[in-house]
Amino acid sequence: MLSFLSKRFLSAIPTLLIVITISFFMMRAAPGGPFDKERNLPPEIEANILRAYNLDKPLVEQYIDYVGNLLVLDFGPSYKFRDFTVTDLIFEGFPASLQIGGMAIILAVLIGVSLGALAALKQNSGTDYAVMGIAMTGIAIPNFVMAPFLTLVFGVYLSWLPVAGWGEGSFYNKVLPVIALALPQIAYIARLTRGSMVEVLNSNYIRTARAKGLKEKLVVNRHALKGALLPVVSYLGPATAAVVTGSVVIETIFDVPGIGRYFVNGALNRDYPVVMGVVVFYATLIISLNLIVDVIYSFLDPKLKVS
Amino acid sequence: MINIGANADRLAPLQAQTEIKGRSLWQDARARLLKNKAAVTAMILLSIITLMAILAPYLSQWALDDIDWEADFPGAPNAAHWFGTDNNGRDMFVRTLYGAQISLMVGILATSVSLVIGVTYGAVAGYFGGRVDNIMMRFVDIMYSLPFMFFVILLMVIFGRNIFLIFIALGAVEWLTMARIVRGQTMAVKKKEFIEAAQAGGVSNRTIIFRHIIPNILGPVIVYMTLTIPQVILTESFLSFLGLGVQEPLTSWGVLISEGAKQMETASWMLIYPAAFLAVTLFCFNFIGDGLRDALDPKDR
Repeated sequence: MLSFLSKRFLSAIPTLLIVITISFFMMRAAPGGPFDKERNLPPEIEANILRAYNLDKPLVEQYIDYVGNLLVLDFGPSYKFRDFTVTDLIFEGFPASLQIGGMAIILAVLIGVSLGALAALKQNSGTDYAVMGIAMTGIAIPNFVMAPFLTLVFGVYLSWLPVAGWGEGSFYNKVLPVIALALPQIAYIARLTRGSMVEVLNSNYIRTARAKGLKEKLVVNRHALKGALLPVVSYLGPATAAVVTGSVVIETIFDVPGIGRYFVNGALNRDYPVVMGVVVFYATLIISLNLIVDVIYSFLDPKLKVS
Repeated sequence: MINIGANADRLAPLQAQTEIKGRSLWQDARARLLKNKAAVTAMILLSIITLMAILAPYLSQWALDDIDWEADFPGAPNAAHWFGTDNNGRDMFVRTLYGAQISLMVGILATSVSLVIGVTYGAVAGYFGGRVDNIMMRFVDIMYSLPFMFFVILLMVIFGRNIFLIFIALGAVEWLTMARIVRGQTMAVKKKEFIEAAQAGGVSNRTIIFRHIIPNILGPVIVYMTLTIPQVILTESFLSFLGLGVQEPLTSWGVLISEGAKQMETASWMLIYPAAFLAVTLFCFNFIGDGLRDALDPKDR
């Protein structure tokens, strides 16, 4: 068990290094420097700028500097927002992104598991088909289509909720982004839960539990659900990655002041340090969350506990 | 004493009757697939959309970038413009169909890229096994935990928004699951006698992989391929929606949806038609994929 954990932990480090290395060299392979403008700068000024951003050093040295700076959470300066460092931008955007993303994951797990379990208990009934139909819709309709439709219906036609903006973090402003972000994950989790729940309900230990006269409620809540949730736990890693990716679009649509919006603006403006900083930041986040999920899984799965 | 000769005479017609014409696995699968109403409907719908996309130039009097100076900018659907016009007075019907061309083409080409990489990689890892397999699949595991979408965006930012780069980038992202599936299947197939026979006969590893193993694992590969196409279409639309994918004068569903989303309060038709086409296409591929899985792997039901 301990060796599994330490092995798993150690394997996260090379993964992270690969991310950083790929991002760094991809960025430096870009044609044209960040300060290429239509107007040519005098060579002395250009040299000064390059020196100020350490771009005149050899590539290897720049790379080592970058990795070293990352260790102290320094992502370097933004090329477009002159007065901000990338670290400033990331930490300014993170609270909003975290709130929306975190609430979306919680919502997705709660609703997804309930719907999936319901469908499995009523297998092949109208309820089952309805839930799976909704899940299929959630998977087939991407969030960047769902989000404008939700705004159109709830924001424009019904005027229940604000169309966009953050409103100093008011609850009403968060409803639509969180729902739009959670819907595809609700769909995946519902399908996953239904699948594993059906399998568990047909297994021997559930038959035993029923045979010894346990109440149906107890059989489902205590025995079946616990076994059926394992695949959901291991899906939490990919789910986080999907929510993080989705948040880029959702933040742009709903004008949420989160990291995703800086990322898209950075991408469109070729503000490399911002783009790269966000990639490295989110990669670190996703890799650490995957690690945590694996650890939790290893505690939950009895098969892993024995070995 | 039993007269064998006489009995044999009587048995002959009986034998002819009981001799059942063998059905291959594929015929079985096709019959099961055709019984699945959702999958058949999806196939019909998808064929219609594909045909419309291919025949786009002949279905409308407008071309992709024709501006109708008579129309409103943007104008609601009417007899001349079935899906309305966009901000620049261009016909939305024809733009939606040209968008379909690009979206479907990206879906199919990028999936082919992922197919080639994934199948070769998975088959090699599964066939050789041991240390080779360990290293190759460890690499896949590492790749799995990366936020790939961000890398694709990084690629687009750095190397420009070129449609061929989109194929390659998306193909390079989507091959991982395919490699895992193919590896698992290969490990199962390689223990069969006919592989042993081929090895004993001195057939090269390369020929065994491509001639003997891959044709025998086509079922799961086809199923997963059908499920990869909608993912790729979705990813391309995602990029285009952010303004990082397909660029003018080309268009795709993602681009149209992005333009429509900006105008949805005043010109909802600009959003609704491309979004509906995209959603229906994704639905169709998912239903066909599910149907194929049920048809090819009956024990999974």
